[in-house]
Amino acid sequence: MMIETRGLRKSFGDHVVLDGIDLSVAEGTIFALLGPNGAGKTTTVQILSTLLRPDNGEVRVAGHDPLREPDAVRAVIGVTGQFSAVDNLLTGEENLLLMADLHHLSRAEGRKRAVALLERFDLVDAARKTPATYSGGMRRRLDLAMTLVGNPPVIFLDEPTTGLDPRSRHTMWQIIRDLVADGITILLTTQYLEEADQLADRIAVLDQGKLVAEGTPDELKRRIPGGHIRLQFADVNEMELATRTLGDGVRDENELTLQIPTDGSVRSLKDVLDRLAHEAIAVEGVTIHTPDLDDVFFALTDRTNIQKGSVR
Amino acid sequence: MNTLSLTLHDSATMLRRDIRHSLRRFSITISGIAVPVIMMLLFVYFFGGAIGGGSGAYINYVTPGIIIMTVGSGCATTALNLCMDVSEGIITRFRTMAISRSSVLIGQVIGSLIRTMISIILITFIALLIGFRPTGEPVAWLAALGLIALLILGVTWMGVAFGLVGKTPAGANSLALIFQLLAFTSSAFVCPDSMPAGIRWFAEYQPFSPVIDTVRGLLLGTPIDGNRVILAIAWCIGLILVGYFWARAVYNRGSLK
Repeated sequence: MMIETRGLRKSFGDHVVLDGIDLSVAEGTIFALLGPNGAGKTTTVQILSTLLRPDNGEVRVAGHDPLREPDAVRAVIGVTGQFSAVDNLLTGEENLLLMADLHHLSRAEGRKRAVALLERFDLVDAARKTPATYSGGMRRRLDLAMTLVGNPPVIFLDEPTTGLDPRSRHTMWQIIRDLVADGITILLTTQYLEEADQLADRIAVLDQGKLVAEGTPDELKRRIPGGHIRLQFADVNEMELATRTLGDGVRDENELTLQIPTDGSVRSLKDVLDRLAHEAIAVEGVTIHTPDLDDVFFALTDRTNIQKGSVR
Repeated sequence: MNTLSLTLHDSATMLRRDIRHSLRRFSITISGIAVPVIMMLLFVYFFGGAIGGGSGAYINYVTPGIIIMTVGSGCATTALNLCMDVSEGIITRFRTMAISRSSVLIGQVIGSLIRTMISIILITFIALLIGFRPTGEPVAWLAALGLIALLILGVTWMGVAFGLVGKTPAGANSLALIFQLLAFTSSAFVCPDSMPAGIRWFAEYQPFSPVIDTVRGLLLGTPIDGNRVILAIAWCIGLILVGYFWARAVYNRGSLK
């Protein structure tokens, strides 16, 4: 295992941020830590990257303990994201050369890597400009390029696409896929289920400092409802009829809506609409909801609550 | 690489970065030099007549004071630089890298030492042009330069700490204001003998006055009180130690080693 934690705990005063986290990330894979703001994602990355001291628990990064050998850990990691950054007074090229100097590369080797990274991240035209003139996507690419100067085998990406437009997000996703193809191990934090689904080999769902689920994207999706169809009616009678026809569903008497669980397929949608048409029930509107992070958290955190209840 | 050569190598890298910053932020660098020059002209030509009689004598009195004032204003530049590095997050990046921990701060301090020394040489040159007539021996000049360098190190390490604890550039700047005020409440512009008892005591024993008095004695060849020299050196070393350990503690706060 490239990254391992056992019973990782961290509190700030009375506020428990991490409440016993167990993680295992295999070499050459992408592991996504999925959770909302305040779930403890950044704190986990800060502990793994030697920025924070854990209160309790075992941590190993490439076999090294960040508490006892912080420099051994720093030598194998690269960190990019929310709290990592670029030097705004240096040009893109100078930023990369600064990293090369700090990795004690020779001048020639430093130049070679800087040129290659500028090309790879489509920053050649911006190489002589300071990041003040860069777009959000370009800044992130430079940030990641700086992390890669030292060829780290382990990379932490803390919300690498938060705030990016869809096109830049897709560019970043492709870059991340290429990194893993090179054998790099990546721990990624994200608020977006889609991002974790697109990139990760395994996903851990973090909520209020606890892991509420862990597995491959497919395993997780099986635990999450496949979304729902939301039917809007003009009056209560129509809604009553529809409820009797379709069987199960969540009714909202005030909004005059009925939510029918679905696996998200076109066939299931057509089936629902056919049955309503067969009974001549008038539907004002139909909306389809694919599972998003809200559904995931609702489903997973709710389930944990029930488990707690049954233990009590 | 052993610890020492790692520290030297990384500090040199950080120094190059700092020098590049000074050149990129040229307007700030220039204004850092211009303000003491303006103050000197102000005191010599506008206030000098009222304070010291003839301006010929007063410029000899005030130039060492202006030099130390320049040291004080260097503190604000250092504090601002550090504060920007923290808020931009680049400091966090450095902290996740296997580099010498202290190099990030040492590079800033040496950069600041060079900047302030250049300002001081320029100010001395202008002072000479407008009538400053030092009479000290070359050895005395070297001794004065050494003491000034020691004070710069002390004030700069304090500036590094201010920059790390000040949450915003404005906050860091107002902390650094302490050293600008120290110049005005010292023996830089007027002799403390003319002040009321309590204030006079403060003006005589605060960090800048013993340094100014010693530099003045060295440059002008006037008698120097040995106790004042010891007090001057003690203040400089005290500032260096407090600033260094404070800055290091804040820099490493919460993280490992």
